[in-house]
Amino acid sequence: MSASLDTLETVRASTGEGYKYGFVTDIEADEAPPGLDEGTVRFISAKKNEPAWLLEWRLKSFRRWLRMTPPNWAKLAIAPIDYQASTYYSAPKQALKSLDEVDPELLKTYEKLGIPLGERAALAGVAVDAVFDSVSVATTFKDALGELGIIFCSFGEAVREHPDLVRRYLGSVVPAGDNFFAALNSAVFSDGSFAYIPPGVRCPMELSTYFRINAAKSGQFERTLLIADKGAYVSYLEGCTAPQRDEHQLHAAVVELVALEDAEIKYSTVQNWYPGDAEGRGGIYNFVTKRGACRGDRAKIAWTQVETGSAITWKYPSCLLEGDGSVGEFYSVAITNNRQQADTGTKMIHLGRDTRSTVVSKGISAGRGQNTYRGLIKVMPQAQGARNYTQCDSLLIGKSCGAHTVPYIDARNPSARIEHEATTSKISDDQLYYCQQRGLTAEEAVSLIVNGFCKEVLKELPMEFAVEAQKLLAVSLEGSVG
Amino acid sequence: MTPILEIRDLHARIAGGREIVKGIDLVVNPGEVHAIMGPNGAGKSTLSSILAGKPGYEVTAGTVSYLGQDLLALAADERARAGTAMNAARRGRGEPELDAAQTLKAVRAKLKLLDIGDDLLQRPVNLGFSGGEKKRNEIFQMAMLEPRLAILDETDSGLDIDALRAVSNGVNRLRDPARAIVMITHYQRLLDYIVPDHVHVLSEGRIVASGDKTLATDLERHGYAHFVEAA
Repeated sequence: MSASLDTLETVRASTGEGYKYGFVTDIEADEAPPGLDEGTVRFISAKKNEPAWLLEWRLKSFRRWLRMTPPNWAKLAIAPIDYQASTYYSAPKQALKSLDEVDPELLKTYEKLGIPLGERAALAGVAVDAVFDSVSVATTFKDALGELGIIFCSFGEAVREHPDLVRRYLGSVVPAGDNFFAALNSAVFSDGSFAYIPPGVRCPMELSTYFRINAAKSGQFERTLLIADKGAYVSYLEGCTAPQRDEHQLHAAVVELVALEDAEIKYSTVQNWYPGDAEGRGGIYNFVTKRGACRGDRAKIAWTQVETGSAITWKYPSCLLEGDGSVGEFYSVAITNNRQQADTGTKMIHLGRDTRSTVVSKGISAGRGQNTYRGLIKVMPQAQGARNYTQCDSLLIGKSCGAHTVPYIDARNPSARIEHEATTSKISDDQLYYCQQRGLTAEEAVSLIVNGFCKEVLKELPMEFAVEAQKLLAVSLEGSVG
Repeated sequence: MTPILEIRDLHARIAGGREIVKGIDLVVNPGEVHAIMGPNGAGKSTLSSILAGKPGYEVTAGTVSYLGQDLLALAADERARAGTAMNAARRGRGEPELDAAQTLKAVRAKLKLLDIGDDLLQRPVNLGFSGGEKKRNEIFQMAMLEPRLAILDETDSGLDIDALRAVSNGVNRLRDPARAIVMITHYQRLLDYIVPDHVHVLSEGRIVASGDKTLATDLERHGYAHFVEAA
């Protein structure tokens, strides 16, 4: 087994394949037959031994989805997706109780991805709920967290062990019929992560989930639900890499965050899915619905995202600022190179009094990439004293890429204060030459300039993620100059 | 002894434009400081751009060698690495590369050497820098990179007297038997602070006079016209 992996490594090294994480792990998948109907939904639910109420919820979502059409308002060119050609469930066959039981090949895969598990997790201070394909195979640090009353487990386990919490909050932030992709996810979601932080508890470590798409043709439908009870604090990390594939892979995740009174949730993502080749063939379609509700007074939710992968990104992590004095933040770096397309931004919905939101978006376009910031700032009539500050910067590299900024502002309370700043710039030849004179190659120079451009966002990331993100920026822009 | 820089019959122009450098010969040995002076339009900055490898210039004839190596065959960053980039240079000397902590230590030592405040480290490169701060930053970078050859193009322009003194001190501290410096300037003033071993007058793309530091004072007294006509 290790010999074949080594061989793969060697082949990859000698052929100079572009995508560093483009390898496939051979795991016996227990797949649903391709196609999507009520039978598929029942199959998934049965596979996971779900209670009747959840099956009912899935079926309701599925029936809504049937009546919906994919959104077409984004500035994205999407080839028609055949939803009947996908497989909606695949899972490693054996049920695993501890890390020792994990297929060594799988662990090796994680190792190659640099995912801190076991000892490495301990060193890095990271608890990992690793999602491989659709089922969680390893959860660490559970005991340490358990002593504080923190629940951090796979979504499936949460359904079994904490059905009341799941039932109470599932779909409460992103309703099943919210949009086409959220409805699809609600019908066929496979697994995901669940975390609950009890009142007054400050989670002592970064909670971390690594998603990975593996089995061919299986769309990945993650479901994440995070609840910070009154006065709780949690920082959650999500990172993604995927093996190289020829056909487009659909990913439609849903993430729901609930922050009660005085609670704070920091949600950080580094997204590095396969972007497709130079012509855009074979990349991941990333259609994600992420939303957090500041349900109590003075609650705070901060989204930080570094989006470098995927052929198409459609993603708007948002905040519902319901509680008085609640705070929403969105920090984003999105890179599009080659033929990548990204339409991403945020929605800040001000409902409570004296609610505040900050949006900092950095878009980088290279190659033939198209990068759109789309954001909505909405102040409802009751949101007296709401404030927003938005800053949108675009950086262009080369002559064939595009940057677009589409801010929507909807203020229904005259006391609202909304600021929007936007800049567009290009890396000049003089800047490159200045760096080259100091011994940096053109690519190193671009990477340096881009890192400086993104600094405001990168500094919001937890340390271990910030380092990874900087490397990713460099890798993502390879071949963009010269 | 191999010269650090050897320019032979160099002709060059701005890409697609007219010829600006019309046959320059110059030999710079280790330990030497050369000053190249000349009126506007003489080709001084074109010469430094060509030596540094700035895109947009064409060499039409002649050779330039750096420590015996064909300099013109290298890209700008390769030229820099051939003799400047700190860790590349250290590897060249068979010394271990510096890690981040050692680098920071070296940075602080050089800042102190050049009387530059620590706050420079907290600021984005050249963003909102005054003319003097930019020049000081250049000299600081030079001190960090420890190049064998430094070409200072109008390092003195736009500097007030204090900044000029600080920059000059920085350059003087970097004078070394193994290192050569070529300064390009309009004014004799800089040469009061950094005393050159050789002075060359460049006019209409050619070196029309060469001498020791007294040539600079002659220039100041008689103006460029005197030399241009003599040529």
